[in-house]
Amino acid sequence: MMIAGYEIAAIEARAAREARADIEDFHNLYCNTLDLGDLALWPDFFTEDALYVVIARENVEANLPAGLVYAEGRAMIRDRAFAVKNTMMFAPRYLQHFVSNVTVLSIAGEQIRSQSHYLLLQTLVEGPTTIQQAGRYYDTFVRGGKQLLLKERRCVYDTTLIANDLVMPV
Amino acid sequence: MFSSETVIHPPGSSPKERELRTYRWPEEGLAVIPDWIYTSQAIYDREMESIFRGRTWNYVALEAEIPKPGDYLRSYVGATPVVVAREQDGSVHVFENRCAHRGVEFCRQARGNASEFVCPYHQWSYDLSGNLQGIPFKRGVKGEKDSGMPAGFRTEDHGLCKLEVRILHGVVFATFARDMESVETYLGAEILKDFEVVFKDRKPRILGYYRNELPGNWKLYHENLKDPYHATLLHSFLVTFGLMVAGNKSKMIADPSGRHGTMASAKSDDVMKAVDAETQQQMRSFRTDLKLADRRFLEFMREFDSPWSVTMQTIWPNLIVQRELNTLGVRQIVPNGPHSMIMMWTMFGYEDDSEEMTRHRLRQGNLMGPSGFLGLEDNEAIKFLQEGVRRSPGERGVLLLGGTNEGTADTLASEASIRAMYRNYREVMGL
Repeated sequence: MMIAGYEIAAIEARAAREARADIEDFHNLYCNTLDLGDLALWPDFFTEDALYVVIARENVEANLPAGLVYAEGRAMIRDRAFAVKNTMMFAPRYLQHFVSNVTVLSIAGEQIRSQSHYLLLQTLVEGPTTIQQAGRYYDTFVRGGKQLLLKERRCVYDTTLIANDLVMPV
Repeated sequence: MFSSETVIHPPGSSPKERELRTYRWPEEGLAVIPDWIYTSQAIYDREMESIFRGRTWNYVALEAEIPKPGDYLRSYVGATPVVVAREQDGSVHVFENRCAHRGVEFCRQARGNASEFVCPYHQWSYDLSGNLQGIPFKRGVKGEKDSGMPAGFRTEDHGLCKLEVRILHGVVFATFARDMESVETYLGAEILKDFEVVFKDRKPRILGYYRNELPGNWKLYHENLKDPYHATLLHSFLVTFGLMVAGNKSKMIADPSGRHGTMASAKSDDVMKAVDAETQQQMRSFRTDLKLADRRFLEFMREFDSPWSVTMQTIWPNLIVQRELNTLGVRQIVPNGPHSMIMMWTMFGYEDDSEEMTRHRLRQGNLMGPSGFLGLEDNEAIKFLQEGVRRSPGERGVLLLGGTNEGTADTLASEASIRAMYRNYREVMGL
């Protein structure tokens, strides 16, 4: 599977290491925020014009665009955060995100592209801890002041058959 | 978690299971629903035989998914795996995904293009219509005795199990029954009308797929979409943004047989103006504090010749046709034992959509599906219902809204369509 624009480019080793450290810091903060349930802070990880999509690998491979979640712009991301936090009915749950294999793909000025693997574990009340999704992040970061911001995050999941539903952001 | 991961009182541990012949529908008739129709393996087995392998047209695919000769996809009729394939002459064929030799489920790719199907185990090969074409060593190994098939073996007697196929406005249906009525007759005029709004003279363009396991009995999905009562209570989004509100113009349409239904409603622009204070108060999910930061999401581009902004069609036994504003999709129900179903979603637009229209449909797709603002609430509610009927010792649910009426209702506060569905169900099932 290859998403156009996410090819591996030749990057100078030191620059790649620095970018990777920044991205890993970003992932840690992002996952910590979501896993603690601070959904109101979730939109702050994105640029105003960001694209956020959670999409099945089978769709990506077939060049089909429909995502489980498809948000164009931070406003739509904020709407989802608000709905999940305040209006949607679902059973209580805990989530833990694990991110690994962070690979810097390209650096062009202030823009960095990377891919990372993720594993999303979910625990329901009186239920076991189970794998909710296994997938990859295809990320485009820009530097917003000191920190990185997501201009694009495509969460491409292998877990084609979803266990009931996907409530929390990936 | 999947239903198979349930630790406490897992599916299959039901103390309610009895012998099939001992199940009697309660005397109160359709005013109550006995729990065992959702929990019993014996009932489920009879449903597979009498409904899904009986006199029903089952959705298997959209033609747009298999436009070219040789295109195929994996699908299901009831719980039975089938393959849908387009022949060289353009005709569409449906056959069981089970090799006639030893029963191997031979087709493994979700979708693809092939000139023939070859079972990987012993390489029996079939054409795109499901006819057996070749068997390795049919005549045996040269010079060896008692080798190969017996002299009387005829390949034409060992094809794949084929189903009858009909295509209506690009929607492919299949049946195990012979001499079925036409799909139009099966749907009936009431249902055909809104079906044609979505499909007639339109060329769908596939936008993508979702699949999920829903840990509930397959009939609950039909009930949910024949139950406009829940729509205005469970779903904050529908209510707050006026997609479907008690007091607005809406209708729950049933066909004369009671099997099929269309839940229809017309969005009004200033929704709460027309709704009186008492009705508002009844809807706890009405949230004055819920305001969208991005309003594009709920825009409705008028593109259909229909008074309804939403029609959710339940086409017995395995198809949902979703038209909610500009988001379109079909959902295929695959029963997976009494306590589970697989939902296969195909989202689409139309071939003549502009780039912006496609993006509009994708944005609006956030309403439905396993992560949809509405969609996931249904999945949760159905799961909770299944757990309730499986785990608690109670025996029945109550279906009293709208009195004893069965069929079409002009009010949202009615369960008349669910009763109509179960009248038909009881006849077919002999209950």
